[in-house]
Amino acid sequence: MSWIENRFEEGVMVTSLDWAINWGRSSSVWPMTFGLACCAIEMMAVGASRFDFDRFGAGAFRAAPRQADLMIVAGTVTYKMASRLKRLYNQMAEPKYVMAMGACTVGGGPYFKHGYHVVKGVDLVVPVDVYVPGCPPRPEALIEGLIRLQDKIKHQTRAKKSMNTFREAAIA
Amino acid sequence: MAPEEICGILKSEFGEAVEDACLDCGRPYALVSADSWPKIARFLRDDARLGFNLLCCITSLDMLAENKLAAIYDVCRIPFEGKADLLEFVHEFAVRIEVDRDSPSIPSVAEIWPAADWHEREAFDMMGIVFDGHPDLRRILCPDDWVGYPLLKDYEFPVEYQGIPGTTEHELLSPRH
Repeated sequence: MSWIENRFEEGVMVTSLDWAINWGRSSSVWPMTFGLACCAIEMMAVGASRFDFDRFGAGAFRAAPRQADLMIVAGTVTYKMASRLKRLYNQMAEPKYVMAMGACTVGGGPYFKHGYHVVKGVDLVVPVDVYVPGCPPRPEALIEGLIRLQDKIKHQTRAKKSMNTFREAAIA
Repeated sequence: MAPEEICGILKSEFGEAVEDACLDCGRPYALVSADSWPKIARFLRDDARLGFNLLCCITSLDMLAENKLAAIYDVCRIPFEGKADLLEFVHEFAVRIEVDRDSPSIPSVAEIWPAADWHEREAFDMMGIVFDGHPDLRRILCPDDWVGYPLLKDYEFPVEYQGIPGTTEHELLSPRH
């Protein structure tokens, strides 16, 4: 949670502020270069001119976790890599998002059965926001994943959530 | 030089240490005893007729049925500058060593061929063969706190590593050979 989350009294409406902040965040999602295997090639293709991730404001691949908002885990995560992945995730500043790209990160993929060294899904290590299946996913699929993430960001709110609001929402 | 000649030189030099040989198979090799391996390796490299100056690779083999582990060293001779007749000069051979599976131990040849350093570390990492006299015998691929040797045929997959669960269908999926 970032500096502005959960700072308002209950019942305060912050729709315009939400809209502005969400617009800003979703329009400049800076990904971290986290290419681990063959999926990274597709991720590079997405960053290059043909598919052009920059159209969605996500073209600035950062090589440092502290400058990045989104970790695209592109490739096979081994148990040995998992500790490094967790450390890099912890070093990222809030708000932070994780995208699991490809079959290996989604659930172990082809290594599920015979890979003694592969983590069976990166969601066992860090929380994942968007899953992009495929082996590897086409660049269009990754762009789709980013758009889904932008949708998710646009629905976030700064308003304080209480049990009452949930209940009212459930009744409504 | 033909494999028969190479094997003949080895047999005349070391006699009983060369236990067996397979010369008409795809990759001709001589089976030698582990104790005499450093002497043979040094001879393979330094002898003027053989002059194997390159260790191409080390293959380790799990012979579960015979309760043995094997290491196969592929050596070859590549020309340095100034060697005119390339095809005459280039030749290759393999040496096979079989050790007991319960306490696998082979003398290291990292001193003789520096290439053996990392190859032996990998064979140790994956199969658990201990190379005596190796300068730095640590795991090379797996993490230091890894349990077991993954490429052994009776290896069991980790149920959990540093809090990360292994496959959920572990019992169902553990490999059977």
